[in-house]
Amino acid sequence: MQTQPVALTEAGMAFCMGCIFLVPLAAAGLALVNAGFGRGRSAAHSMLSALCVFAVAVLTYLLVGFSIQGFPGGPAHLLVFGGRSWNLLGSAGLLMRGTVFNNPTLSLMACLQLFSVGIAAIIPLGAGSDRWRLRASCASTALLAGITYPVLAHWVWGGGWLAQLGSLAGCGNGAIDAGGAGVIHAVGGLTALSIAWILGPRQGKYEDMGLAIPGHNMPFVLFGCLLTLIGWMGLDSASAMLFSGAPLGSVPLIAVNNLAAASVALLTASVVTQLRYGKPDASIAANGFVIGLVAISAACSLVSPAIAAAIGLVAGLAVPFSVEWLDRFGCDDPSGSISVHAVGGLWGVLAAGLFVHPRPGQWLAQAAMISALLGFVLPLSYGLNWLLDRIYPQRIGLNGELQGLDMSELGAGAYPELAQASRDYLSR
Amino acid sequence: MKVAGFFLLCAGFAIVLCTFLLLSTTAPRAAFVLAGIAMQALGFLLVFRAHYTLGEER
Repeated sequence: MQTQPVALTEAGMAFCMGCIFLVPLAAAGLALVNAGFGRGRSAAHSMLSALCVFAVAVLTYLLVGFSIQGFPGGPAHLLVFGGRSWNLLGSAGLLMRGTVFNNPTLSLMACLQLFSVGIAAIIPLGAGSDRWRLRASCASTALLAGITYPVLAHWVWGGGWLAQLGSLAGCGNGAIDAGGAGVIHAVGGLTALSIAWILGPRQGKYEDMGLAIPGHNMPFVLFGCLLTLIGWMGLDSASAMLFSGAPLGSVPLIAVNNLAAASVALLTASVVTQLRYGKPDASIAANGFVIGLVAISAACSLVSPAIAAAIGLVAGLAVPFSVEWLDRFGCDDPSGSISVHAVGGLWGVLAAGLFVHPRPGQWLAQAAMISALLGFVLPLSYGLNWLLDRIYPQRIGLNGELQGLDMSELGAGAYPELAQASRDYLSR
Repeated sequence: MKVAGFFLLCAGFAIVLCTFLLLSTTAPRAAFVLAGIAMQALGFLLVFRAHYTLGEER
């Protein structure tokens, strides 16, 4: 990745701005997916939570996140070891003070990051569906946007030590993550895993023989997938141009790669569920579509469409087994956020090491990034949320969960004209 | 078990970090990076197992 800001042409800057304006559609799509996979009695709460955590993430990032993340070539805390200066953390001013926005590339980076951190914040909501308090999710998001996300984003996108592995350690071009498979999605997915562990499963999920609690609105989920596709193409294009120096001419390739990976992953997940259950599973197929987008993000501008399809194929194969495996180990993830974003993100980062080989040693840089995600992001995220849970219990009480988060936290349901369904559960 | 799992996750990362700081040749570097990630995989499984056991006790 870049250790100095990229120089964009005027046309590139205008196009990049247009791409950034598409990114909120990815957030809207993910919010719809989360709401659709949850119960009807928590649907309004789910959508409101998405808006609230987006707002909290943006404000926290403005306040402290940008200061920690910094930007390539910006002020930073360095560790000098063996004659080499390793860039550890950004040291820009709080509230973006001292950052002069006379460099259009820098302005675009800051703008894109506000949306990116919002997307990362929405991901854990899927794992906490139907039982995560609104205020707790906002507090947890502040920790994500203020600490966890900016540190890893600095290491990869801010010219940090993972980006420097190319120039200082001879590992390819340093850690590659053009579209944020690791920085956005794996961080969000691993935070979702922490949240699922801390909250525990929904009431009734693992009692008796084990129950499948179906999502209340599959059209929401499937429409959300289509929205994410549009947002993703904007996100991948803008971040590839800004953080990995992709030329404007590579944008059509990014769009084709996104489509190829998502399509192959969707069809693969559908075929796998057809073979295993006798019919294609709409929820897992939808997750297949999104995991394809997540997995291709890291190398979106750097591989051919055939390689993108191969990356999507593996991602589509992984998602049904990952969902089942998590379920078997008592990790209740209603939206499949962990399988889609953590597994897909980690696979995307690894795939970039396997399929992008500008210089030898690229896979070592990608392995270092995976190690940072598992050994830094996951423990930090778990530790922070565990502490938060001790101070302010994150899970709603038993009565509140049975009543639904809409009524217990908001005082009104999403569908007041419809009678409450008497049976939310289906025997597996 | 949970604490041990998280310890292994962090320790594996420390090994990978030190590898890039201390080693300069590719072969030993690759060996230590793989060893660090293997340690993290073990830690990850331990943390999973710990939460599964906690869930069963509930």
